[in-house]
Amino acid sequence: MAVGSGPPRLPGALVALLMAGLCLGTLIPLLLRTGEGGLVGADWAALRFTLVQAALSAGLSVGLGVPVARALARRRFPGRSALVTLLGAPFVLPVIVAVLGLLALFGRSGLVNEALGLIGGPRMSVYGLHGVVLAHVFLNLPLATRLILQGWLDIPAERFRLAATLGAPIWPLLEWPMLRRILPGAFAAIFALCLTSFSVALILGGGPRATTVELAIYQAIRFEADFAGAAQLALLQYAICGVAAGFALWLSPPALGGGGLGRSVERWDAAGAGARVMDAAWIGGAALFLLLPLGLAVLRGVGGLSDLPVETMGAALRSVMVAVSASVLTVGAALALALRAGTLAQLAGALPLAASSLVLGTGLLLVLRSVVGLSAVALPVTALVDAVASLPFALRALAPAVAEIEARHGRLADSLGLVGARRLRVVILPLARPALGFAGGLAAALSMGNLGVIALFAGPGQETLPLLMAQLMGAYRMEAAAATGLLILALALLLFWIFDRGGRIDASS
Amino acid sequence: MLRLEQLELGQGSFRLVADLEVPRGASVALMGPSGGGKSTLLAGIAGFLAPRSGRVTWDGVDLGPLPPLARPISVLFQDNNLFPHLTALQNVALGLRPSLRPSPEDRQRAGSALVRVGLAGLEARRPAELSGGQQARAALARVLVQDRPLVLMDEPFGALGPALRAEMLALTREVLDGRGATLLMVTHDPADARRLAGAICLVADGRAHPPQPAEELLADPPPALRAYLGLTQAT
Repeated sequence: MAVGSGPPRLPGALVALLMAGLCLGTLIPLLLRTGEGGLVGADWAALRFTLVQAALSAGLSVGLGVPVARALARRRFPGRSALVTLLGAPFVLPVIVAVLGLLALFGRSGLVNEALGLIGGPRMSVYGLHGVVLAHVFLNLPLATRLILQGWLDIPAERFRLAATLGAPIWPLLEWPMLRRILPGAFAAIFALCLTSFSVALILGGGPRATTVELAIYQAIRFEADFAGAAQLALLQYAICGVAAGFALWLSPPALGGGGLGRSVERWDAAGAGARVMDAAWIGGAALFLLLPLGLAVLRGVGGLSDLPVETMGAALRSVMVAVSASVLTVGAALALALRAGTLAQLAGALPLAASSLVLGTGLLLVLRSVVGLSAVALPVTALVDAVASLPFALRALAPAVAEIEARHGRLADSLGLVGARRLRVVILPLARPALGFAGGLAAALSMGNLGVIALFAGPGQETLPLLMAQLMGAYRMEAAAATGLLILALALLLFWIFDRGGRIDASS
Repeated sequence: MLRLEQLELGQGSFRLVADLEVPRGASVALMGPSGGGKSTLLAGIAGFLAPRSGRVTWDGVDLGPLPPLARPISVLFQDNNLFPHLTALQNVALGLRPSLRPSPEDRQRAGSALVRVGLAGLEARRPAELSGGQQARAALARVLVQDRPLVLMDEPFGALGPALRAEMLALTREVLDGRGATLLMVTHDPADARRLAGAICLVADGRAHPPQPAEELLADPPPALRAYLGLTQAT
């Protein structure tokens, strides 16, 4: 690129430096503390459990996603597009609300156990390995289905027509090669996500047989004040997340575009009644599995509204403040990186995938503990870590939009002297507003429902809504917890809507 | 005078060399096969692409170290000549000053340029509310207010129908001739070249040839131009 042209690139370099400082710099205090002890048996058990549950969750999500995606790819029915849209929702669905919904269905006094009780069957427990896996499949089956569905719809319709005229078998010719290409990436992405879902393990796991590494970190800090042990575990978590994220990026699953999932491909091989019934069963089953817990969570939440504790108001205010701050930080950082583009920006944007929120929080805690009271910085640190965690997703939404604006209008802007900050104000900000709004909404919703760092740092009276909800669940005040969950869900959706709408309103293109 | 001195431009394995002069006030049509390097040549002159070697000079001044804005050049691209989120007036006024709030004087100059190209009354429209021909006119109005001595056009009217294209070429010629501006325009149509340009610069086989009088060149085309125009040896 010639001199005196292009968008501002310095802020991107600064953000990249900051990300490296945050994500790699936190390794230093962790490394400094590790000399003080070794990993004990319980730590290895946590590692084993973390890997086993993630592998099972990813395997089941992908395995079940294949028939659901195939059914969606080859059937048209009323409500199909609504269902496909719904498959995108769990990404911003607060994890803790999803867990509550699953408890309402499969929990001790959930619908399934009530039904089993009526017919005199045995009661089942949702706690432990199978509960954690169940929750992860609930959260990731939609993602797996969308990724695989994309693969199916990327096969050109002409190929199916050609196969039909030749009477060629579709499975070995078209479908299996596509799946072999898509599935490893989908598995790796979901495996990496399942390594770091702290709130699922906190509520459904626990005990010597079902503790993840992140849960063990939390327990070491909160209950045993064993900072050396926490540092060791954090390094361990850093290592496995780094390897998993590396694999996920290497096998990178196809990018999920906004459109393209709307059509279905006409098929000649699946007209039989048997295939129809099977497809209907898969679609119906998946829809029920996703909608029932959510519906129950909302229903119980409405029923529990009168039980909302007095702390809710303050917690809601803190949550909104944290979410909005995190969103602003994320969008600013993602925009700076998107303007810079290039390998450095991509690397900086991918770093948070290796450094999970809880590990980042642990590193910051070790540094800050000696300098300042933890509760004094609980909310800013939470906002910062939430912002870092959302950055990869915000960047994925923003980078293509900025790249397209540059490709279309970059030369014209250069020739008119629109460079640097002027370029940003006159050209990029107005044109990228829809993507900025979407990225901001995503970050705000993710932060709104995130339970992680705040659990490490918060003192009394500093709860955000997710932490308050976890505390209520721990105290078996399920009605109040459900109502809090409903509030989290409503606020997350509201924030997403406001940001996204703000980006689109009056946008011209 | 525009001089390309032993200029070599490259993108990947593509290579284009040029060693030629264009006198002040001339109109030159760049012709040649697709992928022959016409757009690359314009990008090199405008400063979007740094040369591998050689120099671009204007009246003896080396343009090499200058960013696109500082060159005595205004550019019309194939498309995306207007920002979609700005009004016609704002788009034209950007040619005067890179700001979204033009001064009253700038507004007045941009407004009269719009009148000059036949867009009176459409100042507040955004590009999406203008027809293709009106968009081309608005872009031409910006070239007018920029008032640079060298104008580069990369098939700016390619998407318009034949009648509209002829009209725009006539308008271009009219507004530029009055100012003695030098014009380099990429075109595919020999009729355009005849209509607009005194000279044709053939860009083919990795080389931009020195401009030659249009009538002369079209009457007896060299083999590369002959092949491009689809004329067989027999004719």
